[in-house]
Amino acid sequence: MIVEKIINKWILFFLFLIPVLGFIFEEPYYITLTTKVVILGIAGIGLNLALGYCGLISFGHAAFFGLGGYVTGILSFHALNSELMFSWPFVTSGSSDMLIIWPIVILSSAFLALIIGFLSLRTTGVYFIMITLAFAQMLYFFAISWPNYGGEDGLSIYMRNSLPMINTMDPLTFYFICLCWLLIVIFISAKLINSSFGMAFQAIKQNEERVKSVGIETFKVKLLVFVISGTITGLAGSLYTDLNRFISPSVLNWQMSGEIMVFVILGGIARLYGPLVGAAFFIVLEQTLGSYTENWQFWLGLILILEILYVRTGILSLFEKKLKYEK
Amino acid sequence: MTSILIFEQLLNGIQFGTMLFLMSAGLTLIFGVMGLINLAHGSFYMIGAFSAALIASLTGSFWLALLASLSGAAIAGVLVEIIIIRRLYRRDHLDQVLATFALILLLSEGVRWCFGAFPLYLDIPKNLNGTFPILDDIIYSKYRLFIIFMGLLIAAGLYILISKTRLGVRIRAGQNDRQMISALGIDISKLYTIVFALGASLAGLAGAMIGAIQSVEVGMGEPILILAFVVIVIGGIGSIKGALIGSILVGVTDTIGRVFLPELLKIFMEPASATSVGSSIGSMLIYILMALILIIKPSGLFGKT
Repeated sequence: MIVEKIINKWILFFLFLIPVLGFIFEEPYYITLTTKVVILGIAGIGLNLALGYCGLISFGHAAFFGLGGYVTGILSFHALNSELMFSWPFVTSGSSDMLIIWPIVILSSAFLALIIGFLSLRTTGVYFIMITLAFAQMLYFFAISWPNYGGEDGLSIYMRNSLPMINTMDPLTFYFICLCWLLIVIFISAKLINSSFGMAFQAIKQNEERVKSVGIETFKVKLLVFVISGTITGLAGSLYTDLNRFISPSVLNWQMSGEIMVFVILGGIARLYGPLVGAAFFIVLEQTLGSYTENWQFWLGLILILEILYVRTGILSLFEKKLKYEK
Repeated sequence: MTSILIFEQLLNGIQFGTMLFLMSAGLTLIFGVMGLINLAHGSFYMIGAFSAALIASLTGSFWLALLASLSGAAIAGVLVEIIIIRRLYRRDHLDQVLATFALILLLSEGVRWCFGAFPLYLDIPKNLNGTFPILDDIIYSKYRLFIIFMGLLIAAGLYILISKTRLGVRIRAGQNDRQMISALGIDISKLYTIVFALGASLAGLAGAMIGAIQSVEVGMGEPILILAFVVIVIGGIGSIKGALIGSILVGVTDTIGRVFLPELLKIFMEPASATSVGSSIGSMLIYILMALILIIKPSGLFGKT
């Protein structure tokens, strides 16, 4: 565990170092890439709470990622076009202020997670995997066939949403906004995991019957974890839309759910920084292999299979072993 | 006019359903016997279609192409099972989901490597081209009728295989108690390979038959895979009867919903918004159906609790 803490400090150090280096050497592309890592890392950390710590294998977290993204996109689409969004129960024409968008994203993802969780958690095992998948696909097809916001082509917002007194269009500034969110999310997750509530949901992963037998209502615990998990992933979706200034149904697709899962597994399941490492590895792989071959996904698939068949505990565990031997 | 339309759409739904059945029968067998969630099942659908397109372009025969789809997918199934899948049976569902997700990437890119990114086309044989008069004024595509016929034929074949043959007895025994049948001296790993190859070849056949209506391309398997999952969840995982009923239910609901929901909504709404709302909800309909069924019966229509 102590080794993991040392590694985590190094990860944070690199998260500060790389974009600053990118700024100094005027390579904004690397800042954007690191921003992407941070955002996808947040999405993974969200899923990790449900999947890694509580054992709820959700194959539908793209639903929350996409919802966060679409809420952000739609709000700022209306604000930028000064077009009425709806006139009942109150009149609004969207907003492009992140301080307004974020709470709306958080509330709406939490609400969606509440509904999906309430219905899905009645099932277990394979059925849970499939029903979460089905809910995400439902939203995906809805987004594709709903013509008002671009349908299959997606929705572009030509300006990144704003914060008072901060220029969010600057890549480095936007990066640090995302990094702040990452730190907040990590802080909240760490507090949760070590709380008595955290003990409860981690115990559920090991043996739900026993947790029930000591008088804990496991359904409520699981639902709450699922809601927190979905909310964090939704927030990541909002940042992702702002990063790309574009949102399309592809972020709702089941492949997105799979990728978020891959971040969690690659980094190491039920490790606080695991999804971040997984996302970083994924992006680095995409960039390096992608520059050599069009078929980089072939190699990604191969690496994933080898990981699952032979390593099993994620990248972080490899470091951990190495450090232990050195001592 | 409308009754003809309804009848035609009903047939379309059944045709779609029978193809879904070919996919979901294998999926549900593999889950029932080996306890494996196989996301890569759609890849065998794709491999079947590509094998068929390759043989059709070499020999020009549709029937040889269908045979090639069966055997191509079966061979791929055996290889994949022996090299990778075999190691996953004892793992938890999470590992299975991820490993087979990775397998999709591997197989899709592998096929893209071999065949290129452009879609291939498979021609419908001449004697199945054109239409067939079912009743006086109802005509329907011969090829689609052929698909329905093949689907029903295979459903009957599977029924005989599972309930009347020695292999079927073993498969059913495997579903009930894996340890027991290996204790009785049956080579369980061979049985697993056979079941996996059987599932893969059915998926491959479906891929080839649908490939002749649509195009043969990388990634064609994934949309139908998700639908097949919906089917087996609705029908109850592990149940072939559930897969058959679930397939028809999903096929008909999806087809009818997409066509008639916009029409139905036009009664209440203005036409433009009825079309957009109707088509959005129509495409979500089967997922709503699945959610409803799972809420009422959490282990599907014919699933074991």
